[in-house]
Amino acid sequence: MTSAAPLSQPATGRRTAAPTAWRGDAMRRRIARRYAAERRFRLLGLAAVLLSAGFLAFLLVTMVGNGARGFTRTEIALPIDFQHSAILIDPAALTGPGAEQAIANANLPAVIDAAANTAFGEGGARMISPGAQLAVRKAILADPALLNGAATITVPASEGVDLAAKGHGGADEAAVARLKQAGALSTGFNLRFLTASDGTDPTLVGIWGALKGSLLTMSITLGLSFPIGVFAALYLEEYAPRNRWTDLIEVSINNLAAVPSIIFGLLGLAIFLNLMHLPRSAPLVGGMTLALMTMPVIVIAGRNAIKAVPPSIRDAALGIGASPVQVVFHHVLPLALPGILTGTIIGMARALGETAPLLMIGMRAFVASPPHGITDPASVLPVQIFLWSDEVGRGFIEKTSAAIIVLLLFLLTMNSIAIYLRNKFEKKW
Amino acid sequence: MSGAMALFVVVALGAIGWIVARARATRMQAEAGRLATNSLPSQHGWYVALWTALPALVFLTIWANVTPALVLDSVLASPAAQTLPADGFTRSAILGEARALASGARSAAFNPLSTTLVEPFRAATLRYGGMGALLAVILAFAGGVYGLSRVRPAFTARNRVERLVMWALLGASLIAIITTAGIVASLLFESLRFFSMVNPLDFLLGLKWSPQSAAMGYGTKDAFGAVPLFWGTIFIGAIIAMIVAIPLGLMSAIYLTQYARPQVRKWMKPILEVLAGVPTVVYGYFAALTIAPALRHAATTLGISGASSESALAAGLVMGVMIIPFISSMADDSIAAVPQAMRDGSLAMGATTSETIRKVLIPAALPGVVGGVLLAVSRAIGETMIVVMAAGLAANLTLNPFSSVTTVTTQMVQLLTGDQEFDSAKTLAAFALGLVLFVVTLLLNIVALRVVKKYREAYE
Repeated sequence: MTSAAPLSQPATGRRTAAPTAWRGDAMRRRIARRYAAERRFRLLGLAAVLLSAGFLAFLLVTMVGNGARGFTRTEIALPIDFQHSAILIDPAALTGPGAEQAIANANLPAVIDAAANTAFGEGGARMISPGAQLAVRKAILADPALLNGAATITVPASEGVDLAAKGHGGADEAAVARLKQAGALSTGFNLRFLTASDGTDPTLVGIWGALKGSLLTMSITLGLSFPIGVFAALYLEEYAPRNRWTDLIEVSINNLAAVPSIIFGLLGLAIFLNLMHLPRSAPLVGGMTLALMTMPVIVIAGRNAIKAVPPSIRDAALGIGASPVQVVFHHVLPLALPGILTGTIIGMARALGETAPLLMIGMRAFVASPPHGITDPASVLPVQIFLWSDEVGRGFIEKTSAAIIVLLLFLLTMNSIAIYLRNKFEKKW
Repeated sequence: MSGAMALFVVVALGAIGWIVARARATRMQAEAGRLATNSLPSQHGWYVALWTALPALVFLTIWANVTPALVLDSVLASPAAQTLPADGFTRSAILGEARALASGARSAAFNPLSTTLVEPFRAATLRYGGMGALLAVILAFAGGVYGLSRVRPAFTARNRVERLVMWALLGASLIAIITTAGIVASLLFESLRFFSMVNPLDFLLGLKWSPQSAAMGYGTKDAFGAVPLFWGTIFIGAIIAMIVAIPLGLMSAIYLTQYARPQVRKWMKPILEVLAGVPTVVYGYFAALTIAPALRHAATTLGISGASSESALAAGLVMGVMIIPFISSMADDSIAAVPQAMRDGSLAMGATTSETIRKVLIPAALPGVVGGVLLAVSRAIGETMIVVMAAGLAANLTLNPFSSVTTVTTQMVQLLTGDQEFDSAKTLAAFALGLVLFVVTLLLNIVALRVVKKYREAYE
């Protein structure tokens, strides 16, 4: 543009302010200014993209930085002299079927506290997690001969020691220094975090209960919303006559997709709990509530997928004598299925991360054991995260972040599957 | 357990019915010739399977809802129940305990009376459960035999099965209407009960929100003024969040569609979309744990008064980030919908790319962008977890972004997750707030969709 000086312009030495003076100083300045503005605008756009992506990275790094330590635990090698301890157990009782009962009555906590106090000085008992019992119990059951002598058993450290050893400071730093000097401190993988349920002590809590609750809830949601969503999409796209009822259905579905999730919680509370008297806090009710929320997502994705199947397929099937139902179930549905599945997975991922409607139907109770069925009180992963974030204990911070990592991993996996499905089966007709 | 067994048996009978009918129809077809039969063998199979399973399943569903009452009746008629106290509350507590004991849900009783009722409960449950299972199986057999008796060459099994399929499809799509009606009905019903206790004008225009004082019996006159809540919601969702999300979302969309190389676009677009996929509870935790303390620290360093550890700004900032992908994808769509001729015309006149974008593309795409912003606002004001965890509970009517404000959704969670007496104005207030939220988001969506649609038509 700048070099294209019009030929008709006489090449005078004088500078003119005429708008067509392409080589004039004013014009050059103006063009330079315009190009600078162009560069600025472009940089602004780049900055917006980088800022957004940077925030995501910041969020993920914070969570991983806080949460990675939640998967490890500090362990203390605790020497226990069983022979000279106050343990109330007969080694013979450990071989029979009553072993669990015998050891439960063996006064183990007192024994462990005493052993910790002898090993690490006064206050040693506070360095040991209440979960030490379980470790000792397991060790004794595995080898009852331990009771005849002394043994060193690795037990989890208490919340304060755990945090201090992980570099979070606190009142127990001196204790950690002492333990380190004694060479009793080690770090191990916190398997309990993946196998236990909610608890009051951060060294004992785990996410398995919440995870199981989430899986049960999601299976109810999927079992209800997938068939209903697909059927509704098929009806609207393939069979529905153009009339007022169909319009009403379409408007309802589009509205439901935009209704805030907490409103579905109110619906669940008013209808499922107060009207139908279904059990509170159960995966059944949570799953039904989330199914109502997920169904519109599946219907909308399903309709788009069905719309993408070319009419020639339907015409061909009708032409060789298939009935309308056969056309849809033998030809249209299989071809549209990858698209429907992609939409379903995305809807399910959203439901898996959803918290607010579940709080409304009472899924915020303290549930210390994993649910056995769909009517048992249960927690779900996001609600567990919410509950732990409210805990005052500092040890819960890393547990919350660790639970978030698990939740994000699940979501990432689901979304990756959705993207894979889309890329593998996407067809250009 | 007998219910699950009966269910399994009925489904198994249905499968057997399918196999038998199909075999029979295949034989029949071989005898009569292919053209003389109306339907395929598998269609006869489906017809019989449906006749076998459906009536029995319907019966089982009804039976499962009726049995508890029948069991209770027979337990009350048993001699052990004559000693029950007449007082309704203890009576139902004992009965509930006995039921839990009988089903094995509990192992020890609190009230010794309930142990005497365990046997009658167990017996009655077994009797009615067995009766239901037996009736269901008989029904399944009867249905199967009737269905099989109709397998003839000329029988129109296909049309009948397909008619049922059509009804099922229609029924599935009616669920959406039922859900909408359920939402509207439950919100309206409970809100009307609330407004019979609290004047609607006091609710919508009152400036003081303290439902606790109403619960403690200080009257409802000054307790349910929702204006501070509405202001908090607008302040966080429609002002702070949008100040973050609109520039970032719009500029991201512009950069990615107009400037970025395809390779960059291919990678950055999904990365930005991840922002919309992160669960809101994670954002809330992030806002409460990382952003809010940092903001409070910054505010105290700058000497701003009233800085709280839960602030409107923390919640709004994080919510804005969450909204970026919505704005960005709406802007993307509406910019892409501007006809290429307008862009070419502008470029041909010598405008730079940024001048084309600012003076041609954005004005032309503005209705679409505005529609997208309205949708984003409707999403932001309905958002719950971020504000519950980061915005606080104090119903302040303030312009200071560093102070704590509360929102409609926060208060709904707060009101409904304490004690649950369903007649108190405190609990019902949550439904009134829900109704307001529902109506406002609905209106925003309708307006937004209308704006977007109108503008699309203008270019088609």
